[in-house]
Amino acid sequence: MTQTSVAPTEASAPDGLRPVDVARIRRDFPILARTVRNDRPLVYLDSAATSQKPEQVLEAESAYYRRCNAAVHRGAHQLAEEATDAYEEARRVIAGFVGASADDLVFTKNATESLNLVAYAFSNGTAKGVHAPDAVDPRFVLNPGDSIVVTQMEHHANLVPWQEVCAKTGATLRWIGLTDDGRLDLDGLDTVIDSTTRVVSIVHQSNLLGTINPVSEIMRRAQAVGAIGVVDGCQSIPHMPVDVTALGADLVAWSGHKMLGPTGIGMLWGRHEVLDAMPPFITGGSMIETVFMDHSTYAPAPKRFEAGTPMVAQAVGTAEAVRYLDALGMQNVAAHEHLLTGYALERLEDMRGVRIIGPRDNVARGSAISFVVEGIHPHDVGQFLDDRGVAVRVGHHCAWPTCRRFDVPATTRLSTYIYNDTTDIDVAVEGVRAAQEFFGV
Amino acid sequence: MNVESMYQEIILDHYKNPRGKGRLDSAAAESHQVNPTCGDEVTVQVATDDSGRLRVGYEGQGCSISQASASVMAEMVEGLDPKAAEEIRAAFLELMHSRGDAEPDEDILGDGVAFAGVAKYPARIKCALLPWMALQDAEVKAGITVTVEGETRS
Repeated sequence: MTQTSVAPTEASAPDGLRPVDVARIRRDFPILARTVRNDRPLVYLDSAATSQKPEQVLEAESAYYRRCNAAVHRGAHQLAEEATDAYEEARRVIAGFVGASADDLVFTKNATESLNLVAYAFSNGTAKGVHAPDAVDPRFVLNPGDSIVVTQMEHHANLVPWQEVCAKTGATLRWIGLTDDGRLDLDGLDTVIDSTTRVVSIVHQSNLLGTINPVSEIMRRAQAVGAIGVVDGCQSIPHMPVDVTALGADLVAWSGHKMLGPTGIGMLWGRHEVLDAMPPFITGGSMIETVFMDHSTYAPAPKRFEAGTPMVAQAVGTAEAVRYLDALGMQNVAAHEHLLTGYALERLEDMRGVRIIGPRDNVARGSAISFVVEGIHPHDVGQFLDDRGVAVRVGHHCAWPTCRRFDVPATTRLSTYIYNDTTDIDVAVEGVRAAQEFFGV
Repeated sequence: MNVESMYQEIILDHYKNPRGKGRLDSAAAESHQVNPTCGDEVTVQVATDDSGRLRVGYEGQGCSISQASASVMAEMVEGLDPKAAEEIRAAFLELMHSRGDAEPDEDILGDGVAFAGVAKYPARIKCALLPWMALQDAEVKAGITVTVEGETRS
């Protein structure tokens, strides 16, 4: 797209915040200069699915392979030393970004694996507890009668693993329901989370509704009943300042590719004491302390959870992404997106036949906006937008039960990031209008 | 190729005015197919009448392509010998996998030719095929023989 307009934050950044210079930022993202479908400029509004990557990140990853690629944490040669330094420095930088210490940050291959790592701590702990109760921290042994609590707005990655844990352990899955405007219904919180609750695993910001949840309040309740508290931070950490140690959670999962980093890397932060008590997930090389023919002992966290050759280049790339975001300032990123969200909500609200699924007020809400267009299936809306070069997500967004809650089979979702401005929203809105005209609704 | 040409008038017409939609009074079998990436759903029911001809009922929800495809399918195969229906199904499958390069045979495919443009959009091919997959599955469940000799497929 051509950058003739002024970035929306330019004139209106609140006191103490620095406007995000969209025109300058866009120059760092080579993909944003390409055209799609009939030479249309690309309008990328699908960052909640995956963000685009700046030149700096691509270069950091490439430079790692060009200069110091080697197996980490082994080998006595110089490259191995440099590769190990790059990997551990990345851990330090990424941990620092969320207010954490490097010792408490585990690298996984994506956020789904991070959440599975946590879920498997419970099913593996329960299985082990049958034969060797003394070898397992009782917090990770579940029994029939225990409950696990999620919300009705979870991504499948924070729902299906818990369904599996329940099936394996006999625990019961419970969930916090939603209000009609897409917020958590916290009225019955103390009944949903009660003395039987052993795990509370909730999303910080919904990928479908955009809702930002009061996680601290819910984590406090989890703590009060002695449950392990887990937060899915995939949609929040890339878009706002988050100090994982201040959420009251025991464990927080997120991914690199939604925050300007490469695919193939996820993060799991945990309170060290909790990580150290958790049974391992994937076992093998690198995660051990000693190995004999009949048994092994395991390395302390985070290594205990990093079996096999790790994602070194991806860690290096994600650390560079963090530097990029830090240079912008996460407060500024959040303010920029807040303005874009407000603008998009207003434009969509003004449209006949458009219903927003999720909070319509721009309060405690992120920039992922789902909507349905009366008389046109989201797939068809998406196709029309695609024809105009607009990339949005259509479907159930891996949150099928959330769609059912709002009685829609699917939604169209637009989501913004640092490289978007109001003109992107305008092109999308015009595309929706064209679809309405074409379908005669 | 632009999007308007993918949404042929025939497709929109079948989408807005679906033919033969509804359940059968007594079905021999049915198949429920879902596109798990987008949630499109279709249930196809089959039965045969006394002379062995196909009877088809369906219901579903989803995008214009999947629902129009179900309507076109129901209209075309209703009352056909199962073997003749299978010939159409095979031709439609071939068209969908043609990447938009095929010259569809209107004599075989009827309104199905309108879906030629859909084959250029990989994400939408599954939508168009959904009811046809349900038809095949329902026929197998109902024990309806649909084997077609290779040489009879054009």
